[in-house]
Amino acid sequence: MATLDTGPRAKLKWGLLDAVVVVFALIPVLWVVSLSLKTTATLTDGNFIPREWTLDNYRLIFQTDQFVRALINSIGIALISTLIAVVLGTMAAYAISRLDFPGKALLVGVSLLIAMFPQVSLVSPLFNIERQTGLFDTWPGLILPYITFALPLAIYTLSAFFKQIPWDLEKAAKMDGATQAEAFRKVIAPLAAPGVFTTAILVFIFCWNDFLFAISLTSTEQSRTVPVALSFFTGASQFEDPTGAISAAAVVITIPIILFVLFFQKRIVAGLTSGAVKG
Amino acid sequence: MADIVLDKVTKSFPDGTTAVHGIDLEIADGEFVILVGPSGCGKSTTLNMIAGLEDITSGELRIGGQRVNDRAPKDRDIAMVFQSYALYPNMTVRENMAFPLKLAKMAKEEIDRKVGEAAKVLELTEHLDRKPANLSGGQRQRVAMGRAIVRSPKAFLMDEPLSNLDAKLRVQMRTQVSRLQKQLGTTTVYVTHDQTEAMTLGDRVVVMRGGHLQQVGDPQTLYDRPVNLFVAGFIGSPSMNFLPATVEENALRCPMGELALDDRLRRLLTAADAPRQLVLGIRPEHFEDAALVDQAGKGFTFTAPVDLVESMGSDKYVYFSVEGGPAVAADLEDLAADAGGADVPHDRANLVTRLSAESRVRGGQEARIWMNVDKIHLFDPSSGRNITLQEEEPAGVAAS
Repeated sequence: MATLDTGPRAKLKWGLLDAVVVVFALIPVLWVVSLSLKTTATLTDGNFIPREWTLDNYRLIFQTDQFVRALINSIGIALISTLIAVVLGTMAAYAISRLDFPGKALLVGVSLLIAMFPQVSLVSPLFNIERQTGLFDTWPGLILPYITFALPLAIYTLSAFFKQIPWDLEKAAKMDGATQAEAFRKVIAPLAAPGVFTTAILVFIFCWNDFLFAISLTSTEQSRTVPVALSFFTGASQFEDPTGAISAAAVVITIPIILFVLFFQKRIVAGLTSGAVKG
Repeated sequence: MADIVLDKVTKSFPDGTTAVHGIDLEIADGEFVILVGPSGCGKSTTLNMIAGLEDITSGELRIGGQRVNDRAPKDRDIAMVFQSYALYPNMTVRENMAFPLKLAKMAKEEIDRKVGEAAKVLELTEHLDRKPANLSGGQRQRVAMGRAIVRSPKAFLMDEPLSNLDAKLRVQMRTQVSRLQKQLGTTTVYVTHDQTEAMTLGDRVVVMRGGHLQQVGDPQTLYDRPVNLFVAGFIGSPSMNFLPATVEENALRCPMGELALDDRLRRLLTAADAPRQLVLGIRPEHFEDAALVDQAGKGFTFTAPVDLVESMGSDKYVYFSVEGGPAVAADLEDLAADAGGADVPHDRANLVTRLSAESRVRGGQEARIWMNVDKIHLFDPSSGRNITLQEEEPAGVAAS
């Protein structure tokens, strides 16, 4: 690796560059935050910092059943999908990285294919299938396609992590008297934990952010998730501009993601660098 | 503790390659056996089959008299030390060593006692609460040993346990491993590609090549009476000199000159129905500065220009190049490939000799060198067989 220039000038240069990137990424978010704190009257005044501060928008969205219900749907669907995808993905990735079985290349190929498949082209068939099978507008109706698309992601990320764990450890565990299951549970799983958390976060974000499936495969509050509910937002009355409420809702739904990432941040970083350090 | 018997054990992989061809080997209770050979000779596969980490394609493996072919590693009651040590990075030294005992559902006090004892033997007591990442190479190696001994298993399997250590530490640990094995008296199978380790550690050494046993015997037998070119060239450092030799009427023509054929050699050559072209093998220490030899008449004396002198203090390694080109045989090519350098083709043969430190031989000058003719080995270049061994009792088992 080339040695990095760490002089004060280089620091300044990198600092500026970082600042530009951060500002570029954060301005839209901050704009939404600003909008959510404005009163209806000042919504369109073009000021970045609101002239009149209000929390009415937040009060409003939590008073409407529509939003609260959607939030519950979102959390439930995303968590269940993440759990199932990570558990299945862990097993599949372990098999792919450790075992030689017939059809392994095919399995990896197919999962890659699924990951590349344009989701839009599946929307109409899925819509028809789900209406026929009665899955339309239910939680499983969203969880199933989410798992399908999250699995390749999970398998790829996890098998990369498993490949970093020396196989000798597993052999050693077996020699020490562990069964295959014990070797996995007591030796491999703890070492793969950072990978599992990283994968869980990625999958959760994917499910949480999805709009396409959510809007196509739901029709009522029963299973509508937040991104879709947002698009159906109207103001308190028909004639009210819902921009403030939508902004407030947008801010609210970013919070779980931020919490999730902050909570596991240490784990993610450890996971991303775990291959660099010799155990 | 138990004996280990391999009865025609074979390993074939699904892609059709056979790594181990019907090996027969009996390892006595408490014995320290070394499997040695160049990489890809099947020694690690053999070890893994004994461990249960690889399935046995055919043949039978018995530990303590019981057939264990189909038993999982955990039911064979043997411990293994890996080349990479395979310490669990998420556990402390104590937890690493306690792991096999915990799996065996041993009582907590018992575990503490056993780990404490093992730590004391291996001088790890003050490191018990550290993680493997914070240990030095030698310490990690000792932890790996500790994890194997806490359980008092029937046998130890060691897969090149010292090859990740630096040279000095390796010698030190070699002694420690040897002492530990004697102390515990546990049957041990040790895999290495380093012939020095094999010679110094084992009660018996098994030389393997291409999935076949070459020779099994105690280190001295292997050194003095190798059954074929491969064993002769693999055991010993610096290795045996190999020179082309031609059988003539009453003499053996080799690059140093004509050696008279005595009765013994003549009888052996006739008995073996040897070809006229042979490979002559002689170890470096069977040369001496002619000026320092009393009974020069007994051996063969020749004069050659000195290439290079390396003084080791106790001895001098003197390198010559002699006319006549290097010996040619398939076995020798294998050895050269293993040594890492397919030797540069040369029309002159190189000769390594070990002379006394008193020798006044200088580089660039001609030197008169005495050679102990009684110690030469003659090999059939096509089969690699050692012809000079024929009349005597076969040394150990020679497999194809």
